[in-house]
Amino acid sequence: MIEFYLNDQPIRTSEAPASALLDFVRYHEQLKGTKIGCREGDCGACTVLVGELNADGQTVNYQSMTSCLTPLGNAHGKHIVTVEGINAAGSQLTPVQKAIVDEGGSQCGFCTVGFVMSLTGHSLSTQPATEKSTIAAIDGNICRCTGYKSLERAAARLTAELEQRPSENALAWLSEKQFVPGYFAEIPARLAKLKLTEATTTGAAAVTIAAAATPHANGGSVSTSSNGHAQNQNDHGHSATPPFTHPLVGGGTDLMVQRLEELREQPGVRLIFDQPGRRGIRHETTGRVVLGAATTASQLLESDLMRGLFPNLPQYLKLVSSTPIRNMGTVAGNFINGSPIGDLTILFLALGASITLLDAAGASRELALPDLYLGYKKLAKAADEQVIEISFPAPLASDFFHFEKVSKRTHLDIASVNSAAWLRVENGVIQAARVSAGGVGPVPLYLARTSAFLQGRELTPETVTAANEVMQSEISPISDVRGTSDYKRLLLRQLLWAHFLEFAPELAVDELI
Amino acid sequence: MNHLDPQRHVRGESQYLDDVPTQQGTLYAAVFESPLAHGVLRSLDFGAALAAPGVARVLTAADIPGENQIGGIVADEPLLAEGHVHFRGQPVALVLARTEAQAHAALKLIKVEIDPLPIITDPRVAAAQGEFIVPPRTFKIGDSEAAWAACMHVFEGVAENGGQEHLYIETQGAYAFPTEMGGVRMISSTQGPTAVQRHTAHVLGVGMHQVEVDVTRLGGGFGGKEDQATPWGALAALGAFITKKPVKLVLDRMADMRMTGKRHPYSSDFKIGFDADLKIVAYEVTFYQNAGAAADLSPAVMERTLFHATNAYFVPNVTATAFSCRTNLPPNTAFRGFGGPQGMFVIESALAKAAEELGLPTHELQRRNLLREGDLFSYRQAAEMCHAEQAWDTAAREFDLAGMRAEVEKFNQTNKLKKKGFAVMPICFGISFTKTPMNQTRALVHIYSDGSVGISTGAVEMGQGVNTKIAQVAARTLGISISRIKIETTNTTRVANTSPSAASATADLNGKATEMACAALRKRLLEHASTEYTLNYEGLEIHDEQVLAAGVPADTNWEKLVSSAFWKRVALTENAHYATPDLHFDPTVNQGHPFAYHVYGTALTSVTVDCLRGTYTVDALRIAHDFGQSFNEVIDRGQIEGGAVQGIGWMTMEEVAYNAEGRLLSNSLNSYKIPDIYAAPRVLDVHFLDTPGHPKAILRSKAVGEPPLMYGIGTYFALRDAVRAFQGHTALPFSAPMTPEKVLVSLYPEFVGVSEAAAVARD
Repeated sequence: MIEFYLNDQPIRTSEAPASALLDFVRYHEQLKGTKIGCREGDCGACTVLVGELNADGQTVNYQSMTSCLTPLGNAHGKHIVTVEGINAAGSQLTPVQKAIVDEGGSQCGFCTVGFVMSLTGHSLSTQPATEKSTIAAIDGNICRCTGYKSLERAAARLTAELEQRPSENALAWLSEKQFVPGYFAEIPARLAKLKLTEATTTGAAAVTIAAAATPHANGGSVSTSSNGHAQNQNDHGHSATPPFTHPLVGGGTDLMVQRLEELREQPGVRLIFDQPGRRGIRHETTGRVVLGAATTASQLLESDLMRGLFPNLPQYLKLVSSTPIRNMGTVAGNFINGSPIGDLTILFLALGASITLLDAAGASRELALPDLYLGYKKLAKAADEQVIEISFPAPLASDFFHFEKVSKRTHLDIASVNSAAWLRVENGVIQAARVSAGGVGPVPLYLARTSAFLQGRELTPETVTAANEVMQSEISPISDVRGTSDYKRLLLRQLLWAHFLEFAPELAVDELI
Repeated sequence: MNHLDPQRHVRGESQYLDDVPTQQGTLYAAVFESPLAHGVLRSLDFGAALAAPGVARVLTAADIPGENQIGGIVADEPLLAEGHVHFRGQPVALVLARTEAQAHAALKLIKVEIDPLPIITDPRVAAAQGEFIVPPRTFKIGDSEAAWAACMHVFEGVAENGGQEHLYIETQGAYAFPTEMGGVRMISSTQGPTAVQRHTAHVLGVGMHQVEVDVTRLGGGFGGKEDQATPWGALAALGAFITKKPVKLVLDRMADMRMTGKRHPYSSDFKIGFDADLKIVAYEVTFYQNAGAAADLSPAVMERTLFHATNAYFVPNVTATAFSCRTNLPPNTAFRGFGGPQGMFVIESALAKAAEELGLPTHELQRRNLLREGDLFSYRQAAEMCHAEQAWDTAAREFDLAGMRAEVEKFNQTNKLKKKGFAVMPICFGISFTKTPMNQTRALVHIYSDGSVGISTGAVEMGQGVNTKIAQVAARTLGISISRIKIETTNTTRVANTSPSAASATADLNGKATEMACAALRKRLLEHASTEYTLNYEGLEIHDEQVLAAGVPADTNWEKLVSSAFWKRVALTENAHYATPDLHFDPTVNQGHPFAYHVYGTALTSVTVDCLRGTYTVDALRIAHDFGQSFNEVIDRGQIEGGAVQGIGWMTMEEVAYNAEGRLLSNSLNSYKIPDIYAAPRVLDVHFLDTPGHPKAILRSKAVGEPPLMYGIGTYFALRDAVRAFQGHTALPFSAPMTPEKVLVSLYPEFVGVSEAAAVARD
């Protein structure tokens, strides 16, 4: 039984946990404000808010998510908010709705509710609203009438209004200003009560951890990817994708794409997004940074530890999918998806990450991330093994780390080629290097030979040129909808240069021109 | 004045097709598509599908009671494939089941045998084999062939443009109900309710009066639901007609992308000649339009390409020829601009080519050749109330063309790995359906006895704000508050024989009809007032709901006047017919006066290219646009901004890709990218030109739907300018869209792949 609050109504349902929240909302509850645009998390028309009770038990953390990719079971214990749940009585508009209407930010209207929900979620955020952050809140919403300038104007108005939002007791202010209805104040207590009931009963379907996992055909647990639907990258259509049995579903951002029917009919699906102990990021005394497997991309971004180690992380993650997808997709899901261009996979490959796998018998082992990939979507992982942790050695403050990604559309797109590099340089000599690249082979590539080649060499343009030669022999891109193989080769050469120019802008660019 | 609909949009209360509550007993339809792009249909086995859970019927061409034909211009398109299949995704059969999931599950159980035939995807290959949808057309003025000798400079080249997926966020669909009269009533997401009605009646073998089509609004259309909403409406209706149950058919996103046509790709040859003063003397162009497998609207799109082949320039000697080429792709169709953008892209390419060869900025050639009052287009209409130079000069002054250009040059001198580019894009777009008989419509206005007003027209609301404009026209004409006015759904039983909402002409046509109906009602009411209150009819008016006699408030207001008129049996309903006056065009000689008027404007575009990565940003798009006398600046500005960014999408990231087997590779939102908020230009200025408007435009406010799309073409040329600043010697082909791939490959033409071995084309 899945239990949650939908707007101000308690829900108890035995619908399939791996069915889409979108379908439940629209066709079960007949709330038609939430629209269907693409069913793959790429348009944002179905955006809803998912509120989770904070550890303090007093407040709720609301995040925007695309309901098309949200497994219904992931709603368990949460507050799901659709537009019907924020509409004021009568025909009053909330400040978000009013800003969009006044600035002409709605034309055909089909995408509009998605924008309203994303901006309402932003209003409920505890972070200060800036021009940038308000726009970022709608980075997952596509408007085909392409009325973005009027939406920007609406966002600017909203940012100005949110400047008045107090940091303490913000909900009361938001409620008074009619951003959200009064019942939001009662939600923390209701969710707490739901949690309490759950603790006293057993078999909360959404988060069952089966002790005996069943083998499944593609030899790996399946989970979620932070750049969404990566399965389509370099893929040959669904016919080539083996049927899964007893899959694990995390954020849903990969598995819920295009295979919804299959998944819904599938017995034994396990939802692991809210599995206890699978989140959190810590710095261990060994010097390693350890992440829970279900850590989302957004949680990476919110982590002071991660941002301290990687000051440019926001810039990198801005290139990875969109706000709602980052709120859903998990790091381990991105790894296990095995997409050759998984953004987070590429990033962690250059960090020297390992994963910890736990099998059904309770035995665990550690595996270096590059060793996970045997071939296209083929993983070195037993069927009953599940990723529980990810770790990597914390870089020194003097180390260099950089991530690059180029796609047809800069944001909310799948990479043509992506790459990350970590370098340790002393006195102009490269002491150690790790370079990774995606979109240039059947798996996300750790470029072992290129990395080894760099070690011990001087930081000069000649070294970069020579490293490129090695790198070109290490990759095998194919021509597909994301570019020809020649383009991908050229692009990766450029991205290698981009890493080095970022690190050492003084390197002559004449080599390139 | 804001668009009225958004009040409901933001609250999620606006009803679209899939939001209509379903009736009990509804069957859900799913379409079985041809898996091959060309072949002979040998057999179809749907026995297993029929036996699947929930499946009620599987319909094929054999079940069609009327004629299996939905071709609009040419009768070459069956509703369901019969004998042959001509494109991948062509509807072959329709599964009806109790649930949507059951209908889709059953599709997988259908087996089809097709003997493959050769597949053509390239329009030039089709042309070489004589595969034409209709005979070619040539627009000709002067004698270009004789003029070359007099030219000081002559340049030739090839220009290619890609397609464009409409990607209306609401996919295609229809919901049909059997009626007791033996016909069907349906809700359709269509820009052309009459087209759906006419073709459905034809397919069912019943009169048009037996088919009622109702449209509340569309979640985007952009031309994609002009003709191509018809198959889904007709299929749903067929299901309802045969099973006597409600049938709902909504395409999922990938099916929609696979099965529906897009903007036409063109491959074109151009030749342009100038005199010593760099005036264009002659222009020859041959367009190869990729029409897809059936005519759809291609002949009309092709014709508009010819109308706009010279964009905003005066060319005394023009020979423009167009071939509509039959390929094995889904039939391409209307898309905002309707062939105009394709025509303009080629002459802009020709000008860019000339400027590059002459070592001049393109804008010097462009400015020198702009249309002036009285200049003749190749189709012999004269440019009247021409604002081409005014638009250009205003843009140049308001936005500092010289300063923008200088800033770009300065930036490029000091930056090695980043380059800026600049381009000017003037536009001239003709307003009216070029098929003259289509320029007619009707408005049905009821004044209810309480003074409220209901208006029905042929206009379909799809975000362009036409309902709001019509309400404004009515409120203004009747002298009452807009809150009294309701715009009804678009329904074929209230307003018959309508043209689709297209050609930017919807507000003009339906607004004019509404204005006429309201003026007639006003006259009748004021005549009644003059009798009833013994007032002098001359000088009577209604203003802010008050009746004024020679400017002095009379003893009656709107509500009282209406009530009194009702009791005196005055007709409170009016049905007005509007047909745009003075239009004519003879397609046998390609001459006439096809347009009510032209819309002008000029856009300045600046871009920055990251020459390390091949990525780019549009820094600024600055537009001076000829709105005439806009009476709704919020809506009009939205149309300009949205249209321009949509055009930028077409020219940059939107890349429709098919493989040689005619299979769509860019088949979902993850592989077909349209602009997101970060892709919109950082600066987008819209200057409202001071122009008088045109008497044939509604309240002198000119049409705004399509013209702005073509401002996006400037982005292509600005990117080209930036690439050339980095890599001057590159022999850049004229090929849109300018994707990051094309940019990077152009920046580093010497790069040759180390190994081609692994480059296996996968799909």
